[in-house]
Amino acid sequence: MKKQNFFIKNKQFTFFIILALLIVLAAILAPVLTHGIDPTAGNLKEAIMPPCKEHIFGTDKMGRDIFARVIYGARTSLTATLSVVCIIFVVGGLMGVFAGYFGGIVDTVIMRIADMMIAFPGLVLALAVAGILGANVRNAVIAIALVSWTKYARLARSLVMKIRHRDYVSAAIVTGSKTPYMITRYMLPNVLPTLVITAATDIGSMMLELAALSFLGFGATPPTPEWGLMLSEGRAYMQSAPWLMIYPGLAIFVTVVVFNMLGDSLRDILDPKNE
Amino acid sequence: MNRKQIISRLLQIVIVLIGISFLTFLLTYVSPGDPVRHMLTATGTMPTEELIQSIRSEMGLNDPFFVQYFRWLGNCLRGDFGHSYMLNKPVVTLLLARLWPTLKLTIMSTVLMLLIAVPLGMLSAVYKNSWIDYLVRGITFFGVSLPNFWVGLMLMLVFCVKINLLPVISSGGGFKDMILPSVTLAIAMSAKYTRQVRTAVLDELTSDYVIGAQARGVKFWKILWLNVFPNSLLPLITMLGLSIGSLLGGTSVVEVIFSYPGLGNLAVSAITSCDYYLIQGYVLWVAVIYMVINLVVDLSYNFVDPRMRLKR
Repeated sequence: MKKQNFFIKNKQFTFFIILALLIVLAAILAPVLTHGIDPTAGNLKEAIMPPCKEHIFGTDKMGRDIFARVIYGARTSLTATLSVVCIIFVVGGLMGVFAGYFGGIVDTVIMRIADMMIAFPGLVLALAVAGILGANVRNAVIAIALVSWTKYARLARSLVMKIRHRDYVSAAIVTGSKTPYMITRYMLPNVLPTLVITAATDIGSMMLELAALSFLGFGATPPTPEWGLMLSEGRAYMQSAPWLMIYPGLAIFVTVVVFNMLGDSLRDILDPKNE
Repeated sequence: MNRKQIISRLLQIVIVLIGISFLTFLLTYVSPGDPVRHMLTATGTMPTEELIQSIRSEMGLNDPFFVQYFRWLGNCLRGDFGHSYMLNKPVVTLLLARLWPTLKLTIMSTVLMLLIAVPLGMLSAVYKNSWIDYLVRGITFFGVSLPNFWVGLMLMLVFCVKINLLPVISSGGGFKDMILPSVTLAIAMSAKYTRQVRTAVLDELTSDYVIGAQARGVKFWKILWLNVFPNSLLPLITMLGLSIGSLLGGTSVVEVIFSYPGLGNLAVSAITSCDYYLIQGYVLWVAVIYMVINLVVDLSYNFVDPRMRLKR
């Protein structure tokens, strides 16, 4: 009963969570949606065909079905993006909590590393890292996670610092609470809501960064169906086959819009400032 | 900022730079690619194992990690960032040649962005919750979700391929070559800035002095332009500093699309061909520029914000 109320009360959130779930479902059910067409198998007889009944988004230079590649591309993009967000959420959050809770040398070391990362345009380092490690999706994820965790660390640290010297925290320590208990029961619950909001609003921009890396050739490698990579492959055929660029771009755009909206509406619900 | 703060900031910059230089060096050191092999293949020589070994020891690549790192760092401090084997020129010369085109692109796109974002943001703040506000907010919402490389490609499709108005390849770096790249960058940025301008102006509009001035009968538009506008510029300056810095490094995608002869394009090709000295030099340079710009921005508060002057 209560759950139903929540979804009816937050119509915007409900709407976008349904859309987001649809995208996730499309990624999971890709083989069903595409009627079993292999996104990496080409048929050179059908190369560069404009959108038609058989290939509703057309085909590329290898005769691969663009619709299938766009749908399968959702798998690549979503897994990569969600891994980046999970990694930076966990690593950044824990680092920040440790820095704030323990203070002293732990704080100094973690925060100086964070300063180093923040005093530096992220994409440049991500490019260098992804390029040097070698181009594949995993390395792109590592590269972006490496330059993005600091934001969460700073946030978590500042939230922990706010309550670190409150009386009830000191009281808990004095009465003999162990450090792991203090962190899991006192610090993490205080930090999580804000971090979740940040993570939700970051999904869209992380997806864009990953697509940009793939577009430059430092992410997914052919023949992986990935939207950024598809755009860069389609570039050469801009004049003769614009559909090669239009559909993957639209896919990125729509997905990012949905996840951005979802993040925004989640923030509106969870952020106490809006009440 | 007073003198003490400036000194501590400079010190911080030095520490961060040492960290970044160490990180980039470490990455290139542990990376799987072999620069000597790449170098030989690039010059068209068949790399034999003996030749590779002799060049490795000649270049000092067999020395311990820290020996190599400090030798490289020492050379950098003397202004010698090594030699790019991809283009067979000193790294410094290459970076210097590409710096100005990227700087031009950055400045032009920032100016364009301000021309779009400031009027839109102010309009939507002044007419808060009217249809104008909703329209502007809707546009900015879609704007932040657009991948900038896709915008670039679509602009190219329309203006270069369909109506043949502008060059497809902007390798000359002239004014006409800069139009599309800077428009692409400006579109992506202005969505974010329009929101910022709106928030900043709204903050100012609700402050007491505005009500006070209105109560005294000062015209609203006069308050808006003479008081609210200059005051709401302050938070924007910090953001601008950050964006200009990240533009200098982050224009690579757009530069690649339009084949624009800038730093980002150079960096991408350096990374593709494992040109380690060039990558290291590029990363260090961008880091220095970025931090210097942010220092200048913080210093500029002394002049822009009268409250800072009074504090001293």
